[in-house]
Amino acid sequence: MTNVLYDVPGPRAILRNRVLGAITIALVAAGITFVVYRLADTGQFSAAKWRVFTFPLVQQNIGLAILATLSAFAVAAVASLLLGLVLSIGRLSDHAWLRVPCTVFIELFRAVPVLILMMIMYYGLPPLGVTFVTPFVAVVTGLTLYNGSVLAEVFRAGIESLPAGQREAAYAIGLRKSAVMSLILFPQAIRAMMPVIISQLVVVLKDTALGFIVTFHELLYLAKFYGAQFTYGSPIIPATIVFGTIYVLLCLALSGVAKWVEVRSRRSRGGARPANVAKAELAASEI
Amino acid sequence: MDTLFNNLDLFALGFQNTLLLFAVSAVFALGIGIVVGAMRVSPVPVMRAFGTLYVNLVRNTPLTLLMFFFAFGYPKLHLVQLPYTTLAIIALSIYTATYVAEVLRSGFNTVPTGQAEAARAIGLPFAQTMTLVIMPQAFRAVIPPMMSVFIALLKNTTVAAGFSVAEAGAIRANLSERGEPAIVVLLWVALFFVILVGVLSVLQRYLERRWKVLR
Repeated sequence: MTNVLYDVPGPRAILRNRVLGAITIALVAAGITFVVYRLADTGQFSAAKWRVFTFPLVQQNIGLAILATLSAFAVAAVASLLLGLVLSIGRLSDHAWLRVPCTVFIELFRAVPVLILMMIMYYGLPPLGVTFVTPFVAVVTGLTLYNGSVLAEVFRAGIESLPAGQREAAYAIGLRKSAVMSLILFPQAIRAMMPVIISQLVVVLKDTALGFIVTFHELLYLAKFYGAQFTYGSPIIPATIVFGTIYVLLCLALSGVAKWVEVRSRRSRGGARPANVAKAELAASEI
Repeated sequence: MDTLFNNLDLFALGFQNTLLLFAVSAVFALGIGIVVGAMRVSPVPVMRAFGTLYVNLVRNTPLTLLMFFFAFGYPKLHLVQLPYTTLAIIALSIYTATYVAEVLRSGFNTVPTGQAEAARAIGLPFAQTMTLVIMPQAFRAVIPPMMSVFIALLKNTTVAAGFSVAEAGAIRANLSERGEPAIVVLLWVALFFVILVGVLSVLQRYLERRWKVLR
């Protein structure tokens, strides 16, 4: 796309681009230097502040916290994919008694912040006599209700991006409604929307960090715990760096999968994605 | 009903702060997002690389982690002391800006390549190709997802409640001291969010209809 917007740069344009590039590098380098200087100046790089992370027990706890984050992610991801599938079938139904409740459900849970959903589960339900709500259950339910609704819309956008001829041809060869959906429309829609689906799963992974606010013992909770250890000089910034790196690496790995799938599917389809799929992806983008 | 009307002061204050966070962060996110989005399509390789790095890094960082850094880490740097609300605004702006940039960039991608090629073929330079041909078409494609980003921003403001900002997400914690049932308070908060998001969705649909052009 970019290369059709301007000519191959000539001598003057190359010079101008180099100057602009140098200015950008200088500004970014100045910013990074300032931050690193502040960190060093306030003693964030002193060995004492990092010592707590050298203990095997602490490292073991970090491993367990990664496991907690990943298990919440795994359960919520599978559950929201299933919920999204069911809701999107409901929303595309010909029967109003099925379509209307599904639409209301989707619109409702897309509008309520995930954190409020988690709080309703964690703080709201136990006083009413519901006993099974652990922080884990609250986090997973909140994530599932929200992301399930978003994924339902993604599936629907995928199906609506398909050419009408697909559905018509399927009906013409005598397939029934259920077969048209399951054999013709959904497989194509899911393939077309795969990058969006995976980037929504990255959102699920990121939002497990909200569990920190409803006392779920995951990575950020541990970061706060070790960051507040007074005996080790309250290493809150080293803790943020350590745990932040873990989070970013986990999410980057999943995003990498999304990128790989996108490149692969584009190659197998030959050339660029059709414009209607790009538009459907854009319409379905959520945070 | 009593829970709402007896504590109207706290509800009003909470949502006032939520809307404040939303409005200020939206402006800053749009500003940063436009700059980063422009960098990502610019002819200068260094700018493109930096824009890509920023987007990929921040998009893969949980908002909670950004807030965590600004709320707990920033004060330790002994810079200018800022109130928690300002720190939350900084975190929200930095986070949302990446989504703004991505929406802008993919908006350019919805314009068929032939449009740019045709513009170049009739001899328009880069600036005119962008302002007369690409941007007017991309603008229409960008409006609905941009509104979705702002709707998400509105919902994301609740994260600030976990970091000492007295906004809508924090109403429950304040009201539990007054002995109100948590579930009722939270359902009211959820209802207000549904209404606020509904207003934004109506605006989104109106703008979409208004700018829609059949191709």
